[in-house]
Amino acid sequence: MDSHWYQPAWKALLTAVLTAIGLISAAYAPAQSAKPVPERLRDTGLFAPGSTTEIASDVLAFSPQYPLWSDGATKRRWIALPPGTFIDGAKADAWEFPRGTRLWKEFSVGRRIETRFIERLQDGSWRFVSYVWNDAGTDATLAAADGTVLRLGGERRYAIPSRTDCLACHEGAAVPVLGFSALQLSADRDPLAPHAEASSGTDLRALVARGWLRNLPSALFERPPRIAAATPVERAALGYLHGNCGHCHGKPDETGASVPVGVLLAQSVVEPNSSADVLRSLGRASRFRTPGVKHAPQAVVPGSAQTSVLPLRMRSRDPRVQMPPLGTDIADSEALALIERWIDHSLPSTKERKQ
Amino acid sequence: MTASVFKARRHLASLGAAVLTTAALALPAAAADTPTTSQDDKVGRGKYLVTIAGCNDCHTPWKMGPTGPAPDMSRMLSGHPESFQLPPAPAPQGPWLVSAAATNTAWSGPWGVSFTANLTPDAETGLGKWTLRNFVDTIRSGRHMGRGRQILPPMPIPMYKHMTDEDLEAVFAYLKSIPAVSNRVPEPLPAASPVAAK
Repeated sequence: MDSHWYQPAWKALLTAVLTAIGLISAAYAPAQSAKPVPERLRDTGLFAPGSTTEIASDVLAFSPQYPLWSDGATKRRWIALPPGTFIDGAKADAWEFPRGTRLWKEFSVGRRIETRFIERLQDGSWRFVSYVWNDAGTDATLAAADGTVLRLGGERRYAIPSRTDCLACHEGAAVPVLGFSALQLSADRDPLAPHAEASSGTDLRALVARGWLRNLPSALFERPPRIAAATPVERAALGYLHGNCGHCHGKPDETGASVPVGVLLAQSVVEPNSSADVLRSLGRASRFRTPGVKHAPQAVVPGSAQTSVLPLRMRSRDPRVQMPPLGTDIADSEALALIERWIDHSLPSTKERKQ
Repeated sequence: MTASVFKARRHLASLGAAVLTTAALALPAAAADTPTTSQDDKVGRGKYLVTIAGCNDCHTPWKMGPTGPAPDMSRMLSGHPESFQLPPAPAPQGPWLVSAAATNTAWSGPWGVSFTANLTPDAETGLGKWTLRNFVDTIRSGRHMGRGRQILPPMPIPMYKHMTDEDLEAVFAYLKSIPAVSNRVPEPLPAASPVAAK
């Protein structure tokens, strides 16, 4: 009986009190600062030791089927996960990446010019930095946080984004990793996707086999995701809009970060009406007005690319008008041709099909 | 053994008393922190911040009154009036780079012509569909809706971006609480472009 004070009820209370004290202490403890960002790209783990060309053995190359337009720069991309960790694919449209995930994207304009680096820190937040290659292409050093503009000769310039601008695109989506997703890594790749790159072999099955992806809905494993569309042109058009615009024009979610203009361009791999939702949103009146025009134009007018707001804003490089609003100085003529072909010739058939 | 048990019990009793005292102290605060009161406090704080930060100086159209120009509070924070037709802005001369319309809602400078935004909660022309995250991202990034084009002068983003999250939340709560005004503010104009008649 002497030891009754640690009987289960007391023990439970003691545990609760200690837990509460622990939680309170943790809440008020200063946040553990993340490791400083390496000054050199070679120290981020991308390359084999002593090299700036040979990729490290634990780093995996990948290529999204609908790449982002970056003024014609050629790109290479890689991902690395901490040993023993995996991506949780249960939320098929918003994969959960483990802490310690690192991703790199290398931009080349005749030579390597920039490598962007995203890292998920131990507190769950994401860090975005950029490295600029020297003229000889032998070393890349950390860029200033407020970005910079490089001259490529003539009028051509190359903008290194500020960290704020990194967030403007990457934090618009439910997950800030934009090109590494179920749709982008589907083995059923779109042959008409503008600027399509050869598959690196990193698709959903390969990731599952490697142990890097778990809990993927079995339907996606058995049948790789594909955008539902009336025609191949429409599929490629919707895919382009997903890859280039969907991170800001997504479905409103708990983050509240998507732009509140009622335009939905992000595709879902689990919602069967995903393409229909996108098409419906594009048929609504646009908030955009050209000076002096009072009526509300539609983002997309079936059969009339000329009067549609979408290609107008894709074509413009007036910073007040252009879409996307950052990350590009040159309109994507190949994508514009695709979008205009889709609006002029493919959308009417979609409309007719529904009648 | 018995003594040590009593000692342990006294410690536990002290700890329990401390926990209960803490809980007792915490309870009134929790009770006072009801959603309604908290929201009222937030709106009040937001009103104060909007007032002293000068938001009405540019986002409420000014009109001439008996004592001179003053904000027209019947159109409070509704931005540049879409019905207000403007001739082209005067060309800059010497050090005089910037011109402002009489309403204080249209500004011409090296960046072009900017029109102040409708900050009322109108769903189609104001902040009605904005989330708090949209608002915070806008002020932090200096980009329209946090992701779009850059916000133009004279909006003091370089200063306002340093506001705390709590203050931004209060400002947004207040802006969501004011009367909605339907007013579609024009898109900005490029530099050296004549102002189109509206």
